[in-house]
Amino acid sequence: MSWVGRSAARREDPRLLSGSGRYVDDIHLPGTLHAQFVRSTVAHGAVTGVDLSATLAVPGVVAAFTADDLELGDITAVLDRPPSEFVPTAMPVLARDRVRYVGEPIAIVLADNPYAVEDGVEAARVTYEADRPVVSAEQALAPGAPLLHAAAPANTLVDVSMFATEGIDAVFAGAHEVVRVRANTARQNALPLETRGAVTSWDPREEQLVVHTCTQVPHLVRTSLAECLGLDERTVRVIVPDMGGGFGLKCVVGREEIAAAAAALRLRRPVKWIEDRRDALTASFLAREQHYDVRAAFDRDGRILALDADIVCDMGAYSCYPFTAGIEPLMASAELPGVYRVPAYRVRARAVATNKAPSAPYRGVSRPQIVMVMERLMERAARELDLDPVEVRRRNLIVEFPYTGVNDVTYDPGSYLESLNWCERLLRDEGWYERREAAAAEGRYVGIGYSCFSERTGYGSTAFAKRKMAVVPGFDLAEARMDLSGTVTVTTGTMSHGQSHETTLAQIVADRLGLDIAQVKIHQGDTDRIPYGFGTFASRSATIGGSAVARAASALGARLLRLAAHLLDTTDDNVELHDGSVRRRDDHGRAVSYRELADVAYLKAHLLPKDAEPGLTASASFDVHGDGTFSNAAHGVVVELHPGTGQVEILRYVCVEDCGVAINPQVVEGQCRGGIAQGIAGALFEQVTYDAQGEPACASFIDYKMPTAHEIPDIEIHHLETPCAFTESGAKGAGEGGTIGAPAAVLNAVNNALLPTGVELDDTPIRPETVQRAIGACP
Amino acid sequence: MTEKLLISLTVNGRRHDDLVIESRYTLVDVLRHHVGLTGTHVGCEHGVCGACTVLLDGAPVRACLIFAAQAEGREIRTVESLSHGGELNDLQRAFSACHGLQCGFCTPGFLMLAEGFLAERPDATREEIREVVSSNLCRCTGYQSIVDAIEQCARGRREAQGEAR
Ligand code: FES
Ligand code: FES
Repeated sequence: MSWVGRSAARREDPRLLSGSGRYVDDIHLPGTLHAQFVRSTVAHGAVTGVDLSATLAVPGVVAAFTADDLELGDITAVLDRPPSEFVPTAMPVLARDRVRYVGEPIAIVLADNPYAVEDGVEAARVTYEADRPVVSAEQALAPGAPLLHAAAPANTLVDVSMFATEGIDAVFAGAHEVVRVRANTARQNALPLETRGAVTSWDPREEQLVVHTCTQVPHLVRTSLAECLGLDERTVRVIVPDMGGGFGLKCVVGREEIAAAAAALRLRRPVKWIEDRRDALTASFLAREQHYDVRAAFDRDGRILALDADIVCDMGAYSCYPFTAGIEPLMASAELPGVYRVPAYRVRARAVATNKAPSAPYRGVSRPQIVMVMERLMERAARELDLDPVEVRRRNLIVEFPYTGVNDVTYDPGSYLESLNWCERLLRDEGWYERREAAAAEGRYVGIGYSCFSERTGYGSTAFAKRKMAVVPGFDLAEARMDLSGTVTVTTGTMSHGQSHETTLAQIVADRLGLDIAQVKIHQGDTDRIPYGFGTFASRSATIGGSAVARAASALGARLLRLAAHLLDTTDDNVELHDGSVRRRDDHGRAVSYRELADVAYLKAHLLPKDAEPGLTASASFDVHGDGTFSNAAHGVVVELHPGTGQVEILRYVCVEDCGVAINPQVVEGQCRGGIAQGIAGALFEQVTYDAQGEPACASFIDYKMPTAHEIPDIEIHHLETPCAFTESGAKGAGEGGTIGAPAAVLNAVNNALLPTGVELDDTPIRPETVQRAIGACP
Repeated sequence: MTEKLLISLTVNGRRHDDLVIESRYTLVDVLRHHVGLTGTHVGCEHGVCGACTVLLDGAPVRACLIFAAQAEGREIRTVESLSHGGELNDLQRAFSACHGLQCGFCTPGFLMLAEGFLAERPDATREEIREVVSSNLCRCTGYQSIVDAIEQCARGRREAQGEAR
């Protein structure tokens, strides 16, 4: 029986359940200094003075450094685009002369214990000459707005116009129906429960700076560290311990981890920085604040004819490394048409700088929004044309594959129509349509909503090169090594932060080599042990990492076969791997175990065939040439609105997903459910707000409402399987889909419930007041 | 200079004397960094997330909201007390079977919350379990599998009880 496809128990669980996981704050090196940061208290302005004398007088404080003291290079993320499309903005590790958001780090303070360092930060005195802050995209783009970066006129960091189909204006002019959606989505925090953090030290024996940090992208952190500190990459080692989530927030390089490393280098003492929750909420990376103005033309039968979009993403103060401020607008503009056959398309997408903490990717990157916009357009067109909204979707869905869209993206086979039909059938069969009518008759507000979408996963070099990033992530490398006991260690460049790679990648390897997963150990997150890799983001691990691992395992298998054929006196094609040994195909009784083969490969090299190298190692790489692969899903939601409280109660949530071959179905469901919970959070609860002065209003979990088990319902998940043709296991990515599909489905359900009121809502989160107001307006 | 105190804590049945701390040190910090039990986690330090949940005289409490000095003379239990000789207990096994954890950062808090709760309410319904689970935060799972795990463990314990009778 194969391991792939089985809900194998997680290899990670025993240690994580017994309290023996090792997260970054669990690492304590002798002589450690604790670091925290003096942070800007103004949103925009010049720093006129930094006085750390009182800080240094605090008992326990050992040192404090500003940008000048540490002489660090800047973090600069670049797109290979003309200045009219992209303006690079250097993000200094510590602010020098200017600050651009409240919470921006200005100085690092180091003390003997974590309490003293807080006292030290408290004692610092910074003076500013404050400028007028820019706290919204609208303000940023207004004529005469103060500029955050002198090089970026109109505070615009990215401005791209793409895919302008010829004659698109005429299509709109002649269309039977034109519907428009103007939607705004709130700034959110990806909010891993473990905040960011690093433990940095100098190892004089290896002559290496060793940085333990919780990052999704260990090698990129090494590259950035080496650059900022002026070191050779060889002298930097990044090690990632267990991680308490990431969701994209930890796939960019943080200023604090670099400053902590610089301090360790300078002081030759270990330095630990653990971000506190307040900083995580206010001064870390944020995401998702976007504004859409989109028109769609339809014919009388509800077929979409054209799509015209203007997208503005409020990216905060700086470009993140390596993705840049283009991360959101470029994703949104490339993928907006989604699962629908859109014949004509035009889009302008911008990233604007504001005096807020900068944006990083967050699970789904722009796709929760573009799916929301497309699904609202479908619903609105249905309403205007008096058609069933699911039927309108059916008429527009891509059903023939491969399909190359107007956005110049080729979609591999999926089950768009099947998933939507299944989802609708589930809710119909359960009687929700009748229940909705019955509720309406009683004056209650019950609504049914859907979303149907696909998610591009496994971006390879080609896809990222299309974005024109200077750093082009894409491939992954893997190395498989068999030891004398016949067990296998495989390295991967991906970096699990909750996704169970130690289990799922081991399942892939176990199948390739005929082993039990207990005999396979996956190594990740150590730049000294693992060839260059791009980490885990954009649902790339199962697709790209998993394929590299599979190929490395197969290459190792080929070595075993060759060696065994030699020892069994036969040809390479007359042997096969079977249950921990290699046997002759023509005589199953003649076999050599992996142990015996390893014994020869390592300890009796004189018995090897002439052309064979000693040892049992093999490596392989994988990249995607083309547009990647598309997972898809449909979500169906039933909500009830409570007039008294304005609360949106989710009565039913079903999801039909297709991520190709599910390596471990239970893990896939876990990814779906967790993603959906984050999507619901975005639709109904979470919002990072700032006041007019650019002061963040959400500094604790009291102000930033992350949903609990009270708000997140049970979710029923069903699976379809359209295997990916070019990944080694047939898997597509499954990391982000839940988050992408949920906001649209929830928003549509709420609007469906609001039907009798005539009010339509397009902004998220949907606030209780908004619901109350909408219902109150009902006669 | 901040004044130091000498305290002793009883954690998982073991007495730890000669803990030199400041009065402002929280219980979670002292457990993690002085006693050396890092299984209990810190997710917010302001009493909302529950990652730091431990049992104090059998009842779940947030160890970030208590000063270590306040816990003197009381029985403290942390996640490290659940498994014996490397064997996970039934609650831990149920979490694994139900995929009640992904990154595992919130997990020790949920385990101790559930351990304390089930001792008090072995007959808890799914609704009651969900209600209790809603006092802690998890960013990865969407909670359903945590509720499943606690429910499965409770059922198992009830069945074992029934057999014993
Ligand atoms: S760390 Fe104690 S409740 Fe969050
Ligand atoms: S498993 Fe990651 S926070 Fe709960």
